[in-house]
Amino acid sequence: MTPKTYTVVFLSLLALTAATVLAGFMNAGAWNIVVALAIAFAKASLVAVFFMHLKISGRLTWVFAGAGLYWLVIMLVLTLADTMTRAWLPVAGK
Amino acid sequence: MTTDAAESREIDSLGMCTFLVTEILFFGGLFTGYAVYRSAYAAAWAEASGHLDVWLGAINTAVLIASSYTMALSVHAAHAGHRRNLVRFLVLTLLLGIVFLGIKGHEYVHKFHEGLVPGPEFALGRVAAREIQLFFSFYFVMTGLHAAHMAAGLGILAWLLWRARRGALSPPNDGPVEITGLYWHFVDLIWIFLFPLLYLV
Repeated sequence: MTPKTYTVVFLSLLALTAATVLAGFMNAGAWNIVVALAIAFAKASLVAVFFMHLKISGRLTWVFAGAGLYWLVIMLVLTLADTMTRAWLPVAGK
Repeated sequence: MTTDAAESREIDSLGMCTFLVTEILFFGGLFTGYAVYRSAYAAAWAEASGHLDVWLGAINTAVLIASSYTMALSVHAAHAGHRRNLVRFLVLTLLLGIVFLGIKGHEYVHKFHEGLVPGPEFALGRVAAREIQLFFSFYFVMTGLHAAHMAAGLGILAWLLWRARRGALSPPNDGPVEITGLYWHFVDLIWIFLFPLLYLV
């Protein structure tokens, strides 16, 4: 990785920040959060791959990063699978 | 670099990675709570979010990204054995981190004056006061935990700076700069998600 790479990544991150602020001012309803999260994931990937050197790291490091994400997804998805579906079926006496 | 040095470098970095995975889940618990209550109280939380200053949040995002950039350049300088550049970029990173916490502190003080701190004095929302207060509870806990990580990072940076000035971080002893870099970028990464979730949507 060269300083030039870091500069390009830095400028891309700034551009994406501007994009997410602009998108935040538009009223796109439910799409707002989709766009905001998509941009956040793009920025996070840039930071992880270039600044945190994932690109030039060994496979073991990728396994560690993947494990972190994997457990996070389990926590989020299983929790929301409960809370967001509670109103689907009527419960007697409620 | 000998094989031993390369191996010990990878072990150092994997140790930090292990810690960061636990950190993902530490913050992840808060993000999960956020997702649960945001989906339950969408309207009240959207109103509450409108009381945060988007511009201060955006400026702080840029400041933190810039500090990640200077941190990456510090790691590069340490690896190349450029002591003066290392010291220079560490100072910049430290200063940008202080600016971030300064702006954050300013926001907190402002929230206290506006009565937006959860508790009996809470000034907002006669209709959905409880839900709106919950948003601010998440706001203060998530940004507070993030700020605590920043403060710890600033302490480590100050220590690195002290060592770098004495020339104690020249290769092959530049490992501490590299793993501090991993930590610092991770803290940046958390903010990359906090900013849109709290300020924008």
